Amino acid sequence: MKKTIAGTEVDVNEEGYLTDMSQWNEQIAAAIATEEGLAALTDAHMKVVRYLREQQAKGAALTIRSMGKSGVVTTKELYDLFPGGPLKKASKISGIPKPVGCI
Amino acid sequence: MNKHLLILGGGTAGTMMTNHLRRRLPAHEWRMTVVDRSDKHLYQPGFLFLPFGKYEESDIVRQTRDFIPHDVEFLQAEVDLLKPEDHAVALKDGRELHYDVLIVATGCRTAPEETEGMLGPKWRVNVHDFYTLDGARALRDKLKSFEGGRVVIHINEMPIKCPVAPLEFTFLADTFFRERGVRDKVTLTYVTPLSGAFTKPKAAKKLGHLLTDKGIELVTDFVAEKVDQEINKLVCFDGREVPYDLLVTTPTNMGDEAVRRSALGDDLDFIPTHKHTLQSIEYPDVFVIGDATNLPASKAGSVAHFESETLTDNVIRHIQGEPLKEEFDGHSNCFVESGNGKALLIDFNYEYEPHEGNFPFAFGPMKLLEESRLNHLGKLAFRHIYWNVLLRGWPLPGISRQKKKPVEA
Repeated sequence: MKKTIAGTEVDVNEEGYLTDMSQWNEQIAAAIATEEGLAALTDAHMKVVRYLREQQAKGAALTIRSMGKSGVVTTKELYDLFPGGPLKKASKISGIPKPVGCI
Repeated sequence: MNKHLLILGGGTAGTMMTNHLRRRLPAHEWRMTVVDRSDKHLYQPGFLFLPFGKYEESDIVRQTRDFIPHDVEFLQAEVDLLKPEDHAVALKDGRELHYDVLIVATGCRTAPEETEGMLGPKWRVNVHDFYTLDGARALRDKLKSFEGGRVVIHINEMPIKCPVAPLEFTFLADTFFRERGVRDKVTLTYVTPLSGAFTKPKAAKKLGHLLTDKGIELVTDFVAEKVDQEINKLVCFDGREVPYDLLVTTPTNMGDEAVRRSALGDDLDFIPTHKHTLQSIEYPDVFVIGDATNLPASKAGSVAHFESETLTDNVIRHIQGEPLKEEFDGHSNCFVESGNGKALLIDFNYEYEPHEGNFPFAFGPMKLLEESRLNHLGKLAFRHIYWNVLLRGWPLPGISRQKKKPVEA
């Protein structure tokens, strides 16, 4: 389905995740962050976002372990940056799919 | 001319590949060897039922040798190093095996040591697992005498083998305690690092009610920093705590330690593999199948089965110098126990999430993504199909290696 975020029309799924990561930009990230209850996107947030987008572009699976090992952010910091659900929130803001199970 | 095809791992995937390829490779040209550290073949879906006393060990343990053709050599040995540069595999007993084509089917293992405190003094006292035979057995003994309290079913991190099994365990535990008349003395809590028990929209919509109906509490987005065995609590990186009297955890899953020693895997020791051909990304004479791969498919027997059909064709093509088929589509098909003698059937691949419809034919007889007694009977009957059809590398009637496109409702 289509949705206009920060003045740009993008394709999203039922839960508001971008289905085409190339449609993403930093204004869209900021708008989604606000929707997710974040006060602002700081440099620390953006470091995570850029890392996630690089990994996704490489086809690597998004896991807490790979993020913790990346040196970009520790798991604790990740929870501080994206309270409540770091993986689902960070991936939504980054314009990539959230990690899922098989059902 | 005598060439050598070497298969590491005599589990589900390795055994199927052995049977497939022995029929396809002329014995006077190709000798074949299977290596596994164990001489026992375990029917792993049985680990889900063993803790509840529904299966006995004799139902789920067989001799590996009985499933491997006589003209294939079986070595019970521990692999030390894979040396793809040399077309060789070193065994821990000092022997070195040389191959022309290698199939890695070394599976995955649980790694409780990856989580702080998990392997403390109460491991298998009130901190249990069911993905190993020892673990399932210890949990069975624990459940026999469990009179009530907080039961917490936990997934440590993804990916895990048979990703629905912890949820099935939760549903079966609900039925188990109900049948024993103690359900009102037990709380059941399902703790997951994902955003829900069901994360795919169609399944979430259709099945989300199951947890509420059964009175199962759900804790999501929970990544365990540690298991605090002194106070019997799971602790999340954000400080949340989940107290338990009995913790049934699914520890981190990792590939075989030989993969790590050989520096051939990713962070979790899974081997980078082409998602459609099953060839190793790095080494053309090496193929990877089943739980050992890093594919974004489920780690499950049905996946290994579908992979084995494509991989058999691709090994033959590779030997003949023909281009490989980019055929494997992530197809997975599993029965999901939902308790009370019922089960669901799900069918999906890389592209399509589990959906409703008939299976395996346009008219059924089974229904996808819907609870039924027939599906539960199917799951129980599957054990016989596993030993007699699947492991032997025979096709399953009506079930194609590639997923059939869902019929739009």
